[in-house]
Amino acid sequence: MAKFNLDQVNEMYFDVLKEIGNIGAGNATTAISNMLNMRVDMEVPKIEFLTFQELPTAISAEEETVVGIYLEVESDIGGSMMFLLKMESAHYLVNHLMGRPDDYAEEFDEMDLSAIKEIGNIISGSYLSALSSMTKMVITSSVPYLAIDMAAAILSVPAIQFGQYGDNALLIQTEFGDDVKIQGFFILMPDVDSYDKILTSLGIAL
Amino acid sequence: MATIKVGMADLNICKAPDMITTLGLGSCIGIAVYDPVLKIGGLAHIMLPDSTQMRNNSNIAKFADTGIEELVKRVVMAGANKRRLVAKIAGGAKMFQVSGLSTVGNVGERNAQASRAKLKQLGIPLLAEDTGLNYGRTVELYPETGEFRIKAVGKTIKSI
Repeated sequence: MAKFNLDQVNEMYFDVLKEIGNIGAGNATTAISNMLNMRVDMEVPKIEFLTFQELPTAISAEEETVVGIYLEVESDIGGSMMFLLKMESAHYLVNHLMGRPDDYAEEFDEMDLSAIKEIGNIISGSYLSALSSMTKMVITSSVPYLAIDMAAAILSVPAIQFGQYGDNALLIQTEFGDDVKIQGFFILMPDVDSYDKILTSLGIAL
Repeated sequence: MATIKVGMADLNICKAPDMITTLGLGSCIGIAVYDPVLKIGGLAHIMLPDSTQMRNNSNIAKFADTGIEELVKRVVMAGANKRRLVAKIAGGAKMFQVSGLSTVGNVGERNAQASRAKLKQLGIPLLAEDTGLNYGRTVELYPETGEFRIKAVGKTIKSI
């Protein structure tokens, strides 16, 4: 029986998540830098523990269009994860990848959409491998799914996942970038039994 | 005219000429009920279908069953006649085209079903709905006319 309740999440788990955020963002930065063939710096990630009232506005206004990439997490733990990008960051990344001028802001075409999925895949993989190496567990992910829609609507998906065992959600925010800052938001949603597995493997007692 | 905003897992009431809204419904459902004669209404933004399936169910506005019950109670407390109440619902999208029957895959549909079932149980006619598909919706209820306005990215405003 799962003991985990997000509302009683402790300091240590917070620190662990911060570390996963740090290592994951580091891995992601290297991956993005290789992909775009340019130097990319990273800010220290910020971790927030938010209520449902705060979540829809955590990354932008509720109705602002954002990009959401969703993957299911499999193998030793189950659950899902999401990576969110603001529209200007998504355009910036795609333009660089496609060799277009920075200010190109036409609607994404099919090619752009698969490029975004791939970016999401790489970035999510960076976080997952951080989690995997910290917990010594095998963690794999499904193919990425993409949605470009209102921030609150996309965030309803993690909210519902978290809603099944509490009234809060955890958000890891990372800023990458050189001249232009790319803001990415990462949400890890282990299912309730997997929380226990993660914490146990890290030696954290509830 | 004031605008009353309802958050996620939240509900509130509204009297004409004011308007009540909730922004960016994804797989969640916005349930509007109103008394067309007294022009008193309310809006709930529920996230999950069934409170009895959860251990942690203290937030009643989070679930279709307890949320709709509370919404109706609040609207009646504000003066609405329960026998005159009618409802309209929107939301319940599948935001990501995930295969299979995972939570993310079908929670929108289950939310819509649970909302319909609860309204039926309370004897409140469901006049119209705009649910399912794969996009987010902002909804606005105008108790003055009973209009339920639905906005989505890249789509024209719909009124049900």
